[in-house]
Amino acid sequence: MKHIISNINKAFDHRIRLGIMSVLMVNDSVDFKTLKDLLGVTDGNLASHAKALEKVEFISVEKKFIGRKPNTTYAATELGKNEFKKHIEALEKIIKHT
Amino acid sequence: MNKKDYLQDISEIKNLMNKSSKFISISGLAGIMAGVIALLGAAFAYWYMLDKGFYPGRKLDSSDFIVLFIDLALVSIFSIITAIILTTKKAKQHQQKIWDALTRRLLFNFLVPLVSGGIYTLVILLQGKYGQTAALMLLFYGLSLFNASKYTLGDVKYLGFIQIVLGLACAFFPGWGFWFWVVGFGIVHVIYGGMMYVKYDVKK
Repeated sequence: MKHIISNINKAFDHRIRLGIMSVLMVNDSVDFKTLKDLLGVTDGNLASHAKALEKVEFISVEKKFIGRKPNTTYAATELGKNEFKKHIEALEKIIKHT
Repeated sequence: MNKKDYLQDISEIKNLMNKSSKFISISGLAGIMAGVIALLGAAFAYWYMLDKGFYPGRKLDSSDFIVLFIDLALVSIFSIITAIILTTKKAKQHQQKIWDALTRRLLFNFLVPLVSGGIYTLVILLQGKYGQTAALMLLFYGLSLFNASKYTLGDVKYLGFIQIVLGLACAFFPGWGFWFWVVGFGIVHVIYGGMMYVKYDVKK
């Protein structure tokens, strides 16, 4: 049981961060607004949680301009994808074991 | 966190993955309507040609060709309009956007094979090779559905398969093109749309 818990990743231990990763697992890249609408969160909330994931290099951020509007897109890194898979497997094991 | 929280996490993850990568608001009703419209269009074509004393193998003259072409165009236009209306309505229920990166991707994947096939079919028609028209339409429509299915409900993939098989079978029996068309665009749409309607729209 102990090593299962160790696979539960602290970086994903929040609903919004889990949500960001879920969306980025199945999409090559997603822009800020789409992500915001999908998760139903505020700008500040999403930005801070995305920042946390960016810090541990689970997601990469690309800032561009479309015309004069800033456009931020997010993508999951290989590291992030692997860690997320481990996290999900750990969740599934916990559910089965308890 | 207890077990219930984890279970909720998993279902939330699944939900987000589906919602962000698949357009789930495809309407079964739109399929039924497209089928009915196709059958009406086919019935018109049938009576029109019967009236003209047409028999299989006889060449169409250009005025007949234009009437049938308009009939076909009207069938397409009405099907597309009803599909847009019904899908928009359903997307609202699901709180999914009708025009975003996802639907653009879905349409793009659907239209590339469909438009190229459509143009090719027109070229074949203009060369007077009417026998292969139905086969080509069914085949390219099936391929378009198959190609777009990864961005929407899995059922669409099998509808694509059915149309591809019908199209290929039709290619062997050029004289039966009309009836293959009626089966593929009319009857299969009504049955398949009905099945999807029961599966996704009837409240259990």
